[in-house]
Amino acid sequence: MDMKVAKKLGLKERYALMTRDLAWDTTYQKMEDVFPQTTYEGIKIHDWDKWEDPFRLTMDAYWKYQAEKERKLYAILDGFNQNNGHLSVTDARYINVLKLFLGSTPPLELMAARGFSMMGRQMNGAGPRVACQMQAVDEYRHFQTQIHSISNYNKYYNGMDEFAHQQSRMWYLSDGKSFFDDAITAGPFEFMVAIGFAFEYVLTNILFVPFISGAAYNGDMAAMTVGFSAQSDEARHMTLGLECIKFMLEQDPDNLPIVQRWIDKWTWRGTRKLASVGMMMDYMLPKRIMSFKEAWEMYVEENGGALFKDLARYGITIPKCFSQTIEEKEHVSHQSWIGFYMKPQATPFHTWIPTPDEMDWLSEKYPNTFDQYYRPVLEFFDAQEKAGNRFNNQTAPMNCQVCVSTMKFNEPGDPMEMCFRESIYNGEKFHTCSDHCKEIFDNEPEKYSQTFISSHQVLQGNCEPDGTDTSAPDFKPGQDMLGYWKLDKRALGDFNGSEDQKNFAAWREQATKN
Amino acid sequence: MTLLKTLAPYEFKSRDAVENYQGRQLLYVNWERHRMFSRPFVLAMKPETPFSAVLEEMAACFSYHPDWQHIDWDKAIWQNGNTPFTPDRNKTLAENGIGHKDLIRFRTPGLDGIAGTGY
Repeated sequence: MDMKVAKKLGLKERYALMTRDLAWDTTYQKMEDVFPQTTYEGIKIHDWDKWEDPFRLTMDAYWKYQAEKERKLYAILDGFNQNNGHLSVTDARYINVLKLFLGSTPPLELMAARGFSMMGRQMNGAGPRVACQMQAVDEYRHFQTQIHSISNYNKYYNGMDEFAHQQSRMWYLSDGKSFFDDAITAGPFEFMVAIGFAFEYVLTNILFVPFISGAAYNGDMAAMTVGFSAQSDEARHMTLGLECIKFMLEQDPDNLPIVQRWIDKWTWRGTRKLASVGMMMDYMLPKRIMSFKEAWEMYVEENGGALFKDLARYGITIPKCFSQTIEEKEHVSHQSWIGFYMKPQATPFHTWIPTPDEMDWLSEKYPNTFDQYYRPVLEFFDAQEKAGNRFNNQTAPMNCQVCVSTMKFNEPGDPMEMCFRESIYNGEKFHTCSDHCKEIFDNEPEKYSQTFISSHQVLQGNCEPDGTDTSAPDFKPGQDMLGYWKLDKRALGDFNGSEDQKNFAAWREQATKN
Repeated sequence: MTLLKTLAPYEFKSRDAVENYQGRQLLYVNWERHRMFSRPFVLAMKPETPFSAVLEEMAACFSYHPDWQHIDWDKAIWQNGNTPFTPDRNKTLAENGIGHKDLIRFRTPGLDGIAGTGY
């Protein structure tokens, strides 16, 4: 008798059986009690089955693909590390890019993993639940691989070992922390617009492409490979974010104004968060890929502009902040670098003044602004440093109540003037850095009146190393910030004269001479 | 009108309410067109502190700038937020009308930063 062989399942059938078919509607408990979060934001969903799954990936296939990528990645990391790959980077200044990245990005990947795990629990439909679970695992993988790729540098260079401690304490990391805390404490649909759409779709290229290309241009095969290994995940994330927007807009016309407000809010919050990427591109990469301005034009103005044109058929308009971001692309990287340069005792990475030919590059890339507004002050700092009087600003900064950036951005239309905005809520003043941050505050003051601003917390006496006696008569709030931040003294100060600079030069000399 | 939506009552105190500062209050100070100190700085001071103490803090921070020594103090223009005011150095913050989280904006006409860049 012939064996009856069952027909192999097609991709579509497999997907149906392995995802949607595994879900069920509850009967002992009401569905709305099991999924309470998807209604309170005001988004109306009539039919969760209308969710189109962009990838139709099943969990078993997912594990297989991801495992294959891991094997390749770790083989390359091993090879790079065993061959002293750290000495093949362009110049030891590059390592400061990794320090900045390590503090600011992997912890946010972890927050994204947490956020998408919550989405995987809260979304009613099986389609989005599975997609969010996969994205949660991706984000966790990115968090790990980024740390692993940088860990080898930590054996040789200063300032990387306490990034996890510093994440919730360092002043300059609070903008990114606030960004994700804001998103994760919103409802599930706002989170999807914030992270899935505004960050992953509109803005992610401006973070990852410069970082990965920057790594490639500067001889860092470890970080470059991590980037490439994450790229196919990112494509899936972008599609999920866009699908979620379209789903909400197609389900009910009442969803449009809510979604539009979230797009406006999160495109702006993301823009503020990315100011430090600009300074990385323009000031920190020894071998530059393109200017931040050029990257902004390519990835945000052109690609983002085309995306919003596409969404116009749903009634979505271009984010309100778009024109301000276009004006600011000429300024933010310079303003950010000067902002960090002035605080040599308060970051675990080094800063420096660009060399004369690097300044010429900046003049060429920023013909409208660099010579007029920024070159003279950089040359002044340079002369001061050479005279033994390096700038070291010791004061605590004022921050925006919403984006938590230090107040450093100019008044739109006037690069000479600082931009300040103010709101009053319950009789208390709240300061913001821009019209867009002010609007976000005014829309939800209950939420933003609780923002954690590190310089304020210092003054309240909440930022002391463990074991500090705050009742001692000579206690002064903020007296030991280095201890509180666990900042390695060797990681402080200007790049010139640093231990990293000396060691890199000595080790490279050993590698190439007898 | 707030647009905040929550699943449960949502009432929390402001994290920077004045009572969190043990009798002190926050004050921000900015030297306009001198963005080298790109962020205004923040101080916590008792309302009975004389304004001269603010001037001392300003000198400690801003004197790194070459414009500092050229200031004509009679021509300096002061604002509390967007409202012009004339501080009296011998009077207290409270007497000068300075409250919690006020922003002092200090202008020095004719001095526009390094090479007139606003920095």
